[in-house]
Amino acid sequence: MRLPNCYGISFQSVSKGFNGHRVLDNVSFEISPGEALCLMGRSGTGKSVTLKLTIGLIRPDQGRICIEGQNIVEMNEDGLSSVRRKIGFLFQSAALFDSFSLNDNLALPLMRFTNKSQDEIDFVVQKELEAVGLAEARYRMPAELSGGMRKRAGLARALVLEPRILLIDEPSSGLDRITSSEIDELLLGLKGRATMVIVTHDVPGARRVGDRLAVLDKGHLLAIGSAQELEKHDNRLVRCLVSEG
Amino acid sequence: MDLIGQFGLFASRGVRRAFRRPYESRTIWDQVEKAGWQSLPLIAASGFALGVVLTLHTRGSLTQFGAAALIPAVQSLAFFNEIGPLIAGLLVAGRVGAGIGAELANMRVTEQIDAIEALSIDSFKLLVIPRIVACAIVLPLLTIFMDTCGLIGGFLVENRISHLSLTLFLDRAFSQVTWTSVVPPTLKTAVFGFLIGLVSCYYGYTTDEGSAGVGRASTNSVVVSSLLIILADVLLVKIIFFLYPDSAI
Repeated sequence: MRLPNCYGISFQSVSKGFNGHRVLDNVSFEISPGEALCLMGRSGTGKSVTLKLTIGLIRPDQGRICIEGQNIVEMNEDGLSSVRRKIGFLFQSAALFDSFSLNDNLALPLMRFTNKSQDEIDFVVQKELEAVGLAEARYRMPAELSGGMRKRAGLARALVLEPRILLIDEPSSGLDRITSSEIDELLLGLKGRATMVIVTHDVPGARRVGDRLAVLDKGHLLAIGSAQELEKHDNRLVRCLVSEG
Repeated sequence: MDLIGQFGLFASRGVRRAFRRPYESRTIWDQVEKAGWQSLPLIAASGFALGVVLTLHTRGSLTQFGAAALIPAVQSLAFFNEIGPLIAGLLVAGRVGAGIGAELANMRVTEQIDAIEALSIDSFKLLVIPRIVACAIVLPLLTIFMDTCGLIGGFLVENRISHLSLTLFLDRAFSQVTWTSVVPPTLKTAVFGFLIGLVSCYYGYTTDEGSAGVGRASTNSVVVSSLLIILADVLLVKIIFFLYPDSAI
Protein backbone atom coordinates (compact mmCIF):
# COMPACT_ATOMS: atom_id res chain seq x y z
CA MET A 1 0.00 0.00 0.00
CA ARG A 2 1.60 3.30 -1.10
CA LEU A 3 0.56 6.49 0.64
CA PRO A 4 1.30 9.60 -1.43
CA ASN A 5 1.42 11.90 1.61
CA CYS A 6 4.17 9.95 3.33
CA TYR A 7 7.81 11.09 3.48
CA GLY A 8 11.03 9.07 3.72
CA ILE A 9 10.06 8.19 7.28
CA SER A 10 6.84 9.33 8.86
CA PHE A 11 5.50 8.83 12.39
CA GLN A 12 1.86 9.75 12.75
CA SER A 13 0.44 9.91 16.29
CA VAL A 14 2.50 6.94 17.41
CA SER A 15 2.18 5.65 20.97
CA LYS A 16 3.87 2.71 22.60
CA GLY A 17 3.86 1.39 26.14
CA PHE A 18 5.41 -1.47 28.07
CA ASN A 19 3.77 -3.02 31.15
CA GLY A 20 1.40 -0.10 31.54
CA HIS A 21 4.14 2.49 31.21
CA ARG A 22 3.76 4.71 28.14
CA VAL A 23 7.18 5.19 26.54
CA LEU A 24 6.01 7.13 23.47
CA ASP A 25 2.87 9.25 23.60
CA ASN A 26 1.30 10.51 20.40
CA VAL A 27 4.59 11.23 18.64
CA SER A 28 4.53 12.60 15.09
CA PHE A 29 7.39 13.67 12.84
CA GLU A 30 8.51 13.34 9.25
CA ILE A 31 11.95 12.91 7.74
CA SER A 32 12.65 13.71 4.11
CA PRO A 33 14.60 11.29 1.92
CA GLY A 34 18.34 11.85 2.37
CA GLU A 35 17.91 13.86 5.57
CA ALA A 36 19.81 13.13 8.80
CA LEU A 37 17.78 13.52 11.99
CA CYS A 38 19.47 13.25 15.38
CA LEU A 39 17.19 12.11 18.15
CA MET A 40 18.19 13.40 21.58
CA GLY A 41 16.84 13.26 25.07
CA ARG A 42 17.47 11.91 28.52
CA SER A 43 17.87 8.15 29.06
CA GLY A 44 14.63 6.19 29.01
CA THR A 45 12.64 8.68 26.96
CA GLY A 46 11.90 6.31 24.09
CA LYS A 47 14.68 7.08 21.61
CA SER A 48 15.76 3.48 21.02
CA VAL A 49 12.11 2.42 21.01
CA THR A 50 11.56 4.91 18.19
CA LEU A 51 14.29 3.23 16.15
CA LYS A 52 12.91 -0.24 16.80
CA LEU A 53 9.45 0.93 15.83
CA THR A 54 10.88 2.36 12.61
CA ILE A 55 12.22 -1.01 11.52
CA GLY A 56 9.22 -2.95 12.82
CA LEU A 57 11.04 -4.87 15.55
CA ILE A 58 8.25 -3.74 17.86
CA ARG A 59 4.77 -2.60 16.91
CA PRO A 60 3.11 0.57 18.16
CA ASP A 61 -0.02 0.48 20.31
CA GLN A 62 -1.51 3.11 18.04
CA GLY A 63 -0.57 5.37 15.15
CA ARG A 64 0.98 4.89 11.72
CA ILE A 65 4.61 4.49 10.74
CA CYS A 66 5.36 4.95 7.06
CA ILE A 67 8.63 3.98 5.42
CA GLU A 68 8.92 5.41 1.92
CA GLY A 69 5.16 5.57 1.68
CA GLN A 70 4.36 2.16 3.11
CA ASN A 71 2.54 1.86 6.41
CA ILE A 72 4.52 -0.87 8.17
CA VAL A 73 2.15 -1.14 11.13
CA GLU A 74 -0.33 -3.20 9.14
CA MET A 75 2.27 -5.35 7.43
CA ASN A 76 2.79 -9.06 8.01
CA GLU A 77 6.26 -10.55 8.50
CA ASP A 78 6.85 -10.96 4.76
CA GLY A 79 5.97 -7.33 4.09
CA LEU A 80 8.17 -6.16 6.95
CA SER A 81 11.01 -8.28 5.66
CA SER A 82 10.94 -6.52 2.28
CA VAL A 83 10.87 -3.09 3.97
CA ARG A 84 13.77 -4.03 6.24
CA ARG A 85 15.96 -4.73 3.23
CA LYS A 86 15.92 -0.98 2.59
CA ILE A 87 17.07 -0.27 6.14
CA GLY A 88 20.41 -0.65 7.88
CA PHE A 89 20.47 -0.73 11.67
CA LEU A 90 23.48 -0.09 13.90
CA PHE A 91 22.59 -1.28 17.39
CA GLN A 92 23.90 0.41 20.51
CA SER A 93 25.93 -2.70 21.36
CA ALA A 94 26.71 -3.27 17.65
CA ALA A 95 25.03 -6.72 18.11
CA LEU A 96 27.59 -8.54 15.98
CA PHE A 97 26.94 -12.28 15.76
CA ASP A 98 29.51 -13.53 18.23
CA SER A 99 29.85 -17.00 16.73
CA PHE A 100 30.73 -15.51 13.32
CA SER A 101 33.93 -13.82 12.24
CA LEU A 102 33.72 -10.22 11.05
CA ASN A 103 33.85 -11.49 7.48
CA ASP A 104 30.88 -13.81 8.05
CA ASN A 105 28.92 -11.09 9.85
CA LEU A 106 29.07 -8.99 6.70
CA ALA A 107 28.77 -11.84 4.23
CA LEU A 108 25.57 -13.26 5.76
CA PRO A 109 23.12 -10.66 4.35
CA LEU A 110 24.92 -10.66 1.01
CA MET A 111 24.60 -14.43 0.71
CA ARG A 112 20.93 -14.24 1.63
CA PHE A 113 19.69 -11.37 -0.44
CA THR A 114 21.93 -10.96 -3.44
CA ASN A 115 22.91 -13.16 -6.36
CA LYS A 116 26.56 -12.26 -5.97
CA SER A 117 29.23 -14.91 -6.47
CA GLN A 118 31.61 -15.75 -3.63
CA ASP A 119 34.30 -13.58 -5.24
CA GLU A 120 31.92 -10.64 -5.49
CA ILE A 121 30.84 -11.11 -1.86
CA ASP A 122 34.50 -11.19 -0.79
CA PHE A 123 35.08 -7.97 -2.72
CA VAL A 124 32.10 -6.15 -1.16
CA VAL A 125 33.04 -7.30 2.36
CA GLN A 126 36.62 -6.13 1.84
CA LYS A 127 35.42 -2.78 0.47
CA GLU A 128 33.04 -2.15 3.39
CA LEU A 129 35.63 -3.14 5.97
CA GLU A 130 38.21 -0.89 4.35
CA ALA A 131 35.71 1.98 4.45
CA VAL A 132 35.46 1.65 8.23
CA GLY A 133 39.18 0.93 8.68
CA LEU A 134 38.82 -2.72 9.68
CA ALA A 135 40.25 -4.55 6.67
CA GLU A 136 43.00 -6.09 8.78
CA ALA A 137 40.50 -7.42 11.32
CA ARG A 138 38.45 -9.21 8.68
CA TYR A 139 38.82 -12.73 10.08
CA ARG A 140 38.78 -11.81 13.75
CA MET A 141 35.89 -12.71 16.03
CA PRO A 142 33.77 -9.95 17.62
CA ALA A 143 35.09 -10.83 21.08
CA GLU A 144 38.58 -9.89 19.88
CA LEU A 145 37.54 -6.35 18.90
CA SER A 146 37.51 -3.18 20.97
CA GLY A 147 34.28 -1.23 21.54
CA GLY A 148 35.08 1.27 18.79
CA MET A 149 36.01 -1.48 16.34
CA ARG A 150 32.74 -3.26 17.06
CA LYS A 151 30.78 -0.10 16.42
CA ARG A 152 32.56 0.38 13.11
CA ALA A 153 32.04 -3.28 12.22
CA GLY A 154 28.34 -2.93 13.07
CA LEU A 155 28.19 0.10 10.81
CA ALA A 156 29.87 -1.84 8.00
CA ARG A 157 27.31 -4.62 8.39
CA ALA A 158 24.46 -2.11 8.39
CA LEU A 159 25.78 -0.66 5.14
CA VAL A 160 26.62 -3.86 3.31
CA LEU A 161 23.28 -4.04 1.47
CA GLU A 162 23.49 -0.34 0.57
CA PRO A 163 20.35 0.63 2.50
CA ARG A 164 18.37 3.75 1.65
CA ILE A 165 17.61 4.28 5.34
CA LEU A 166 20.08 4.05 8.18
CA LEU A 167 19.09 3.79 11.85
CA ILE A 168 21.90 4.33 14.31
CA ASP A 169 21.59 3.84 18.04
CA GLU A 170 24.14 5.79 20.08
CA PRO A 171 27.16 5.52 17.78
CA SER A 172 29.47 7.22 20.27
CA SER A 173 28.35 5.68 23.56
CA GLY A 174 31.25 4.31 25.58
CA LEU A 175 33.81 5.60 23.11
CA ASP A 176 36.54 8.17 23.53
CA ARG A 177 36.22 11.51 21.71
CA ILE A 178 38.67 10.57 18.96
CA THR A 179 36.95 7.28 18.12
CA SER A 180 33.49 8.84 18.25
CA SER A 181 34.76 11.61 16.00
CA GLU A 182 35.96 8.94 13.54
CA ILE A 183 32.50 7.42 13.55
CA ASP A 184 30.97 10.86 12.98
CA GLU A 185 33.25 11.21 9.94
CA LEU A 186 31.94 7.92 8.59
CA LEU A 187 28.36 9.11 9.08
CA LEU A 188 29.13 12.44 7.43
CA GLY A 189 30.40 10.49 4.44
CA LEU A 190 27.02 8.79 4.19
CA LYS A 191 25.00 12.00 4.20
CA GLY A 192 22.87 12.37 1.14
CA ARG A 193 23.26 8.69 0.27
CA ALA A 194 20.82 7.52 2.94
CA THR A 195 18.08 8.86 5.17
CA MET A 196 19.49 8.66 8.68
CA VAL A 197 17.98 8.61 12.14
CA ILE A 198 20.68 8.82 14.79
CA VAL A 199 20.01 8.44 18.50
CA THR A 200 22.78 10.20 20.36
CA HIS A 201 23.79 12.02 23.53
CA ASP A 202 26.84 13.49 21.81
CA VAL A 203 25.92 17.13 21.17
CA PRO A 204 28.91 18.10 18.98
CA GLY A 205 28.44 14.94 16.91
CA ALA A 206 24.71 15.54 16.53
CA ARG A 207 25.28 19.13 15.41
CA ARG A 208 27.89 18.01 12.87
CA VAL A 209 25.96 15.11 11.38
CA GLY A 210 22.31 16.05 11.85
CA ASP A 211 20.40 18.27 9.44
CA ARG A 212 17.78 18.57 12.16
CA LEU A 213 17.68 17.63 15.82
CA ALA A 214 14.67 16.30 17.71
CA VAL A 215 14.27 16.19 21.48
CA LEU A 216 12.18 13.56 23.21
CA ASP A 217 11.18 13.74 26.87
CA LYS A 218 8.89 11.45 28.84
CA GLY A 219 7.48 10.02 25.64
CA HIS A 220 6.67 13.39 24.07
CA LEU A 221 8.42 15.06 21.17
CA LEU A 222 9.36 18.41 22.72
CA ALA A 223 10.98 19.99 19.70
CA ILE A 224 12.31 19.34 16.23
CA GLY A 225 14.35 21.69 14.06
CA SER A 226 17.86 22.85 13.25
CA ALA A 227 20.42 23.22 16.04
CA GLN A 228 20.16 27.01 15.78
CA GLU A 229 16.37 26.91 16.13
CA LEU A 230 16.47 24.60 19.13
CA GLU A 231 19.09 26.74 20.90
CA LYS A 232 16.44 29.48 21.07
CA HIS A 233 13.60 27.15 22.07
CA ASP A 234 11.30 28.13 24.96
CA ASN A 235 11.87 24.84 26.78
CA ARG A 236 14.95 24.88 28.99
CA LEU A 237 15.51 21.11 28.62
CA VAL A 238 15.65 21.48 24.84
CA ARG A 239 18.17 24.31 25.10
CA CYS A 240 20.30 22.31 27.55
CA LEU A 241 20.31 19.16 25.42
CA VAL A 242 21.39 20.86 22.19
CA SER A 243 23.84 23.39 23.59
CA GLU A 244 27.54 22.59 23.32
CA GLY A 245 28.56 24.69 26.26
CA MET B 1 -1.19 -25.68 31.33
CA ASP B 2 -0.16 -22.21 30.21
CA LEU B 3 3.40 -23.45 29.66
CA ILE B 4 2.22 -26.46 27.65
CA GLY B 5 0.10 -24.12 25.52
CA GLN B 6 3.10 -21.88 24.89
CA PHE B 7 5.26 -24.88 23.95
CA GLY B 8 2.47 -25.94 21.59
CA LEU B 9 2.30 -22.53 19.93
CA PHE B 10 6.09 -22.40 19.67
CA ALA B 11 6.16 -25.89 18.12
CA SER B 12 3.38 -25.10 15.64
CA ARG B 13 5.23 -21.95 14.60
CA GLY B 14 8.28 -24.13 14.00
CA VAL B 15 6.38 -26.70 11.97
CA ARG B 16 4.73 -23.99 9.84
CA ARG B 17 8.02 -22.32 9.01
CA ALA B 18 10.13 -25.46 8.66
CA PHE B 19 8.67 -26.15 5.24
CA ARG B 20 9.26 -22.66 3.84
CA ARG B 21 12.38 -21.70 1.93
CA PRO B 22 15.25 -21.31 2.66
CA TYR B 23 15.67 -24.69 4.36
CA GLU B 24 18.79 -23.76 6.34
CA SER B 25 20.43 -27.10 5.53
CA ARG B 26 23.91 -25.72 6.19
CA THR B 27 22.89 -24.44 9.62
CA ILE B 28 21.21 -27.77 10.40
CA TRP B 29 24.42 -29.58 9.50
CA ASP B 30 26.43 -27.20 11.72
CA GLN B 31 24.08 -27.91 14.60
CA VAL B 32 24.23 -31.67 13.99
CA GLU B 33 27.99 -31.42 14.28
CA LYS B 34 27.76 -29.26 17.38
CA ALA B 35 25.11 -31.32 19.16
CA GLY B 36 26.21 -34.73 17.92
CA TRP B 37 29.90 -34.87 17.22
CA GLN B 38 30.86 -32.82 20.24
CA SER B 39 28.67 -34.97 22.51
CA LEU B 40 30.41 -38.19 21.50
CA PRO B 41 33.07 -38.21 24.26
CA LEU B 42 30.42 -37.72 26.96
CA ILE B 43 28.16 -40.40 25.46
CA ALA B 44 31.05 -42.82 24.96
CA ALA B 45 32.40 -42.43 28.49
CA SER B 46 28.96 -42.68 30.08
CA GLY B 47 27.91 -45.67 27.99
CA PHE B 48 31.13 -47.51 28.71
CA ALA B 49 30.92 -46.84 32.46
CA LEU B 50 27.28 -47.88 32.60
CA GLY B 51 28.10 -51.09 30.73
CA VAL B 52 30.80 -51.90 33.25
CA VAL B 53 28.60 -51.08 36.25
CA LEU B 54 25.56 -52.94 34.92
CA THR B 55 27.61 -56.06 34.36
CA LEU B 56 29.18 -55.87 37.81
CA HIS B 57 25.75 -55.43 39.41
CA THR B 58 23.91 -58.16 37.53
CA ARG B 59 26.79 -60.65 37.61
CA GLY B 60 26.46 -61.44 41.34
CA SER B 61 22.72 -62.11 41.26
CA LEU B 62 22.67 -64.03 38.00
CA THR B 63 25.64 -66.20 39.01
CA GLN B 64 23.83 -67.11 42.25
CA PHE B 65 20.97 -68.50 40.18
CA GLY B 66 23.32 -70.21 37.75
CA ALA B 67 22.34 -67.85 34.98
CA ALA B 68 25.70 -66.19 34.33
CA ALA B 69 25.34 -67.04 30.66
CA LEU B 70 22.44 -64.59 30.49
CA ILE B 71 24.54 -61.57 31.49
CA PRO B 72 25.26 -60.45 27.90
CA ALA B 73 21.57 -60.80 26.93
CA VAL B 74 20.38 -58.91 30.02
CA GLN B 75 22.84 -56.20 29.29
CA SER B 76 21.99 -55.80 25.61
CA LEU B 77 18.24 -55.79 26.24
CA ALA B 78 18.61 -53.30 29.09
CA PHE B 79 20.71 -51.00 26.95
CA PHE B 80 18.67 -51.24 23.77
CA ASN B 81 15.31 -50.88 25.49
CA GLU B 82 15.84 -48.32 28.17
CA ILE B 83 19.29 -47.43 29.44
CA GLY B 84 20.69 -46.24 26.12
CA PRO B 85 17.71 -44.15 25.00
CA LEU B 86 16.94 -42.63 28.40
CA ILE B 87 20.48 -41.89 29.55
CA ALA B 88 21.50 -40.55 26.14
CA GLY B 89 18.41 -38.31 26.24
CA LEU B 90 19.18 -37.01 29.71
CA LEU B 91 22.86 -36.44 28.91
CA VAL B 92 22.01 -34.53 25.74
CA ALA B 93 19.40 -32.52 27.66
CA GLY B 94 22.15 -31.53 30.08
CA ARG B 95 24.88 -30.82 27.60
CA VAL B 96 23.11 -29.62 24.47
CA GLY B 97 19.90 -28.29 26.03
CA ALA B 98 21.75 -26.06 28.46
CA GLY B 99 23.97 -24.83 25.65
CA ILE B 100 21.07 -23.98 23.36
CA GLY B 101 19.13 -22.24 26.13
CA ALA B 102 22.11 -20.13 27.17
CA GLU B 103 23.24 -19.36 23.62
CA LEU B 104 19.86 -18.16 22.38
CA ALA B 105 19.14 -16.24 25.57
CA ASN B 106 22.50 -14.51 25.27
CA MET B 107 21.72 -13.65 21.66
CA ARG B 108 18.38 -12.20 22.76
CA VAL B 109 19.93 -10.15 25.57
CA THR B 110 22.72 -8.78 23.38
CA GLU B 111 20.24 -7.84 20.62
CA GLN B 112 21.76 -10.32 18.17
CA ILE B 113 18.31 -11.79 17.46
CA ASP B 114 16.97 -8.28 16.80
CA ALA B 115 19.97 -7.71 14.52
CA ILE B 116 19.11 -10.85 12.53
CA GLU B 117 15.52 -9.61 12.16
CA ALA B 118 16.79 -6.15 11.20
CA LEU B 119 18.72 -7.81 8.37
CA SER B 120 15.39 -9.22 7.07
CA ILE B 121 16.41 -12.72 8.10
CA ASP B 122 13.80 -14.86 9.83
CA SER B 123 15.55 -15.43 13.17
CA PHE B 124 13.15 -18.19 14.16
CA LYS B 125 13.97 -20.12 11.02
CA LEU B 126 17.69 -19.49 11.27
CA LEU B 127 18.12 -20.19 14.97
CA VAL B 128 15.27 -22.33 16.26
CA ILE B 129 14.33 -24.80 13.54
CA PRO B 130 17.88 -26.03 12.78
CA ARG B 131 18.48 -26.70 16.48
CA ILE B 132 15.25 -28.67 16.92
CA VAL B 133 15.84 -30.69 13.74
CA ALA B 134 19.48 -31.33 14.69
CA CYS B 135 18.52 -32.59 18.16
CA ALA B 136 15.91 -34.94 16.65
CA ILE B 137 18.48 -36.29 14.18
CA VAL B 138 21.45 -36.74 16.49
CA LEU B 139 19.79 -38.35 19.49
CA PRO B 140 18.98 -41.70 17.80
CA LEU B 141 22.55 -41.79 16.47
CA LEU B 142 24.01 -41.00 19.87
CA THR B 143 21.78 -43.67 21.40
CA ILE B 144 23.17 -46.31 19.04
CA PHE B 145 26.64 -45.14 19.97
CA MET B 146 25.84 -45.33 23.67
CA ASP B 147 24.41 -48.85 23.29
CA THR B 148 27.59 -49.90 21.52
CA CYS B 149 29.85 -48.40 24.16
CA GLY B 150 27.75 -50.04 26.90
CA LEU B 151 28.18 -53.44 25.30
CA ILE B 152 31.93 -52.86 24.95
CA GLY B 153 32.15 -52.01 28.66
CA GLY B 154 30.12 -55.10 29.55
CA PHE B 155 32.23 -57.31 27.34
CA LEU B 156 35.49 -56.09 28.85
CA VAL B 157 34.26 -56.91 32.38
CA GLU B 158 32.99 -60.31 31.31
CA ASN B 159 36.16 -61.02 29.41
CA ARG B 160 38.30 -60.10 32.40
CA ILE B 161 36.28 -62.07 34.95
CA SER B 162 35.12 -65.11 33.02
CA HIS B 163 37.40 -64.96 29.95
CA LEU B 164 34.36 -64.90 27.68
CA SER B 165 35.36 -64.51 24.03
CA LEU B 166 34.01 -61.65 21.94
CA THR B 167 32.23 -64.03 19.57
CA LEU B 168 30.45 -65.85 22.37
CA PHE B 169 29.61 -62.56 24.14
CA LEU B 170 28.03 -61.15 20.99
CA ASP B 171 26.26 -64.42 20.26
CA ARG B 172 24.70 -64.40 23.72
CA ALA B 173 24.06 -60.66 23.73
CA PHE B 174 22.04 -60.76 20.53
CA SER B 175 20.34 -64.13 21.13
CA GLN B 176 17.25 -62.45 22.61
CA VAL B 177 17.38 -59.27 20.55
CA THR B 178 14.79 -58.73 17.83
CA TRP B 179 14.31 -55.63 15.70
CA THR B 180 11.39 -54.57 17.92
CA SER B 181 13.71 -54.42 20.90
CA VAL B 182 16.14 -52.14 19.03
CA VAL B 183 14.43 -50.02 16.39
CA PRO B 184 11.34 -48.59 18.18
CA PRO B 185 13.23 -47.73 21.40
CA THR B 186 15.99 -46.08 19.37
CA LEU B 187 13.56 -44.14 17.21
CA LYS B 188 11.68 -42.88 20.26
CA THR B 189 14.77 -40.83 21.07
CA ALA B 190 13.96 -38.67 18.04
CA VAL B 191 10.98 -37.52 20.13
CA PHE B 192 13.33 -36.89 23.06
CA GLY B 193 15.57 -34.86 20.74
CA PHE B 194 12.61 -32.89 19.48
CA LEU B 195 11.58 -32.12 23.07
CA ILE B 196 15.11 -31.05 24.05
CA GLY B 197 15.38 -28.76 21.03
CA LEU B 198 11.90 -27.35 21.46
CA VAL B 199 12.15 -26.65 25.19
CA SER B 200 15.68 -25.25 25.07
CA CYS B 201 14.94 -23.03 22.09
CA TYR B 202 11.71 -21.85 23.72
CA TYR B 203 13.44 -20.74 26.93
CA GLY B 204 16.40 -19.22 25.10
CA TYR B 205 14.51 -17.49 22.31
CA THR B 206 11.76 -16.01 24.49
CA THR B 207 13.82 -14.80 27.42
CA ASP B 208 13.30 -11.14 28.29
CA GLU B 209 14.93 -10.81 31.66
CA GLY B 210 18.36 -9.44 30.80
CA SER B 211 21.50 -11.28 31.83
CA ALA B 212 19.72 -13.03 34.71
CA GLY B 213 17.48 -14.57 32.07
CA VAL B 214 20.45 -16.31 30.45
CA GLY B 215 21.11 -18.41 33.54
CA ARG B 216 17.42 -19.05 34.04
CA ALA B 217 16.95 -20.10 30.41
CA SER B 218 19.84 -22.53 30.71
CA THR B 219 18.55 -24.06 33.95
CA ASN B 220 14.96 -24.29 32.76
CA SER B 221 16.08 -25.89 29.50
CA VAL B 222 17.75 -28.74 31.36
CA VAL B 223 15.14 -29.21 34.08
CA VAL B 224 12.05 -29.06 31.89
CA SER B 225 13.45 -31.06 28.99
CA SER B 226 14.73 -33.78 31.38
CA LEU B 227 11.33 -33.97 33.03
CA LEU B 228 9.54 -34.09 29.68
CA ILE B 229 11.89 -36.83 28.45
CA ILE B 230 11.03 -39.02 31.43
CA LEU B 231 7.30 -38.38 31.05
CA ALA B 232 7.42 -38.92 27.29
CA ASP B 233 9.36 -42.15 27.88
CA VAL B 234 6.48 -43.58 29.90
CA LEU B 235 4.04 -42.73 27.15
CA LEU B 236 6.27 -43.96 24.33
CA VAL B 237 7.03 -47.27 26.08
CA LYS B 238 3.28 -47.79 26.46
CA ILE B 239 2.79 -47.06 22.76
CA ILE B 240 5.64 -49.41 21.77
CA PHE B 241 4.21 -52.21 23.92
CA PHE B 242 0.81 -51.62 22.38
CA LEU B 243 2.14 -51.70 18.82
CA TYR B 244 4.73 -54.45 19.38
CA PRO B 245 3.61 -56.63 22.32
CA ASP B 246 6.55 -59.01 21.81
CA SER B 247 9.02 -56.23 22.58
CA ALA B 248 8.15 -56.41 26.31
CA ILE B 249 11.05 -58.11 28.12
